[in-house]
Amino acid sequence: MTAATAQGPNAAELRADARRERLVLGALAAPGLLLIGVVALAPIAWLFWLSVRKGDSYTLEHYARLLHSSYAYSLQTTFELTFLVTAICALLGYPLAYLIAQARQRTAAILLLFVLFPVWTSLLVRCYAWLVLLQRRGLVNTWLADAGLIDLPLRLVHNFTGTTIGMVHIMLPFMVLPLYATMRAIDRDYVRAAANLGATPSQAFRHVYVPLSLPGLAAGIIIVFILCLGFYVTPALLGGGRVMTWSMQIERNVTYHSDWGAASALGVVLLAMALAIFWAVGRVIGFNRILGGR
Amino acid sequence: MKTRSWAILAATCAAMALGGAADAQQRSITISSWGGAFQKAQREAWFNLVEKELGITIKEETTQGIADVRAQVASGKPTWDLTTQGYYTCALLEREGRLEKLDPAIVADPGVPKELKSDHCMSQIVYSVAIGWRKKPFGDKQPRGWDAFWNVKDFPGGRSMRRHPIYSLEAALIADGVPMDKLYPLDVDRAFRKLESLKPHVVVWWASGAQSVQVLQDGEVEMVGAWNGRIQAAMADKEGRGGPLAITFDQQMMVSDAWMMPKGAPNKDLAMKALAIMMRPDAQASISKYINYAPANTKGYDTGIITPEMAAGLPNSPQNVGKGFTLDVDWWVKNNDEMVKRFDAFMQR
Repeated sequence: MTAATAQGPNAAELRADARRERLVLGALAAPGLLLIGVVALAPIAWLFWLSVRKGDSYTLEHYARLLHSSYAYSLQTTFELTFLVTAICALLGYPLAYLIAQARQRTAAILLLFVLFPVWTSLLVRCYAWLVLLQRRGLVNTWLADAGLIDLPLRLVHNFTGTTIGMVHIMLPFMVLPLYATMRAIDRDYVRAAANLGATPSQAFRHVYVPLSLPGLAAGIIIVFILCLGFYVTPALLGGGRVMTWSMQIERNVTYHSDWGAASALGVVLLAMALAIFWAVGRVIGFNRILGGR
Repeated sequence: MKTRSWAILAATCAAMALGGAADAQQRSITISSWGGAFQKAQREAWFNLVEKELGITIKEETTQGIADVRAQVASGKPTWDLTTQGYYTCALLEREGRLEKLDPAIVADPGVPKELKSDHCMSQIVYSVAIGWRKKPFGDKQPRGWDAFWNVKDFPGGRSMRRHPIYSLEAALIADGVPMDKLYPLDVDRAFRKLESLKPHVVVWWASGAQSVQVLQDGEVEMVGAWNGRIQAAMADKEGRGGPLAITFDQQMMVSDAWMMPKGAPNKDLAMKALAIMMRPDAQASISKYINYAPANTKGYDTGIITPEMAAGLPNSPQNVGKGFTLDVDWWVKNNDEMVKRFDAFMQR
């Protein structure tokens, strides 16, 4: 960068160097870019293409179908679930990550292991485990009844509640890990400096620590948010048939109706929604901060 | 003498080897089905028999459903000669023109009721959607039909139904007093109104056969509308937390799985001969020896292969067939898409 603006006798040489460097970097990045092009961009373009085709002609029919109220409800369910799960994950994840970041190396390692442990277990197993825990004669209801806290078993699963519980459990590590990475990198001298300048512990935390940890929080929120938008297994198993997410509509269109066009249209709509939210959040917070800059 | 017998033996061996090779090349057909216990039963009851009688081999493959058949036919060179699909799927494929016409002589068999066959589809097994319940909460009281399923006062507790308009709309109309023989065309508005009244009590809308009885075994619900084979298997199973289970065939809805031939099947004639054997009453009856499914050809009950005890547990046996009705697949082929959308909206409200 500085080379390009350099003045002086060797300016031309510096510029040539800079160009060479850009070429080499470009070549190094090429396989990665190509891979992204092949596995991400091309399929998305194809998806879009499918969504406007019927036979040999162009059509908006697949999008028109989405005006049915069944799809509107699904979209609403998907976003409600996504916002709720993301919020709960942030509320649970932040203190947890803070605790791990403050702990001694050894304790931190053990705590991290607990966070990571569920990730190594199959998603299906975890969903069925929640089913066993939460159902009417499950452990939770049995304990609550034995403790005399409830007379009738609570409906904890086969509904929105159960789906939320299951998804929070599955998503929590994706919130904690980026938060922990960011928090671990925060120099504690800043907090000490704040204290030294007369800040109370809570002031130091709010005005120094929290702002420094925000990139981690933003990263966690975005990962959780985007994964939640496409969730399928947990709502299907714990939702009791009532919770119908957008991805379940996609599956239904593909398998029941063998209708790639309609399913593609659903995919395009979800992608557009996610990008729109990204854009809106970016306008408010700034893209650099979301993408991990300062 | 000795040399001659050797020569004969050698010649026979050569003939067998050559003939065997030729057989393996030409005289084999490929059949696809659901895999698992069902396909094993088909192998025992039908495929072995066909192989023996026609001197051919049957190659087996599995199918996940309608998309497979569509893909095979679209390829222009299907590898399957026959496939097992739900009767509804068959009717849909028939409408799309993706099936070969079956031999009219096979379809003509009066043993298979006319609602369970068409020019391109021949039902092979029959099962039904029946009411299953946990005995403990109801004691001696028995829910006899969909009216009782809706009656949460006399039969308090949770319900489970299929998360699909098929079966659910019929059940609702019967519960609302529509006679079984006057269901079609379905009065959809009335069905959804009735369904609405039960909705708060439906704890789980099941999405798979396994789930439909799991919720009963776990004691999660008191009553389900589910496939008879699943309920009966759960009854025979070790008792879960839900305790002993029971089933009734009253107001059952009979459905079937069918044989069909993808358009352009490679060994049409041979496969048609195989189909004729598999639809024979004796072959049909013997499927029930291997799995808890009923023969689509009711003449199977006259063969003596099905014992009275077995017949009591089969939906279309002479003593049970009159208790219910056969689902009108044609109505569903025409209305399914609209009903699914409406049902999905209904579910989420």
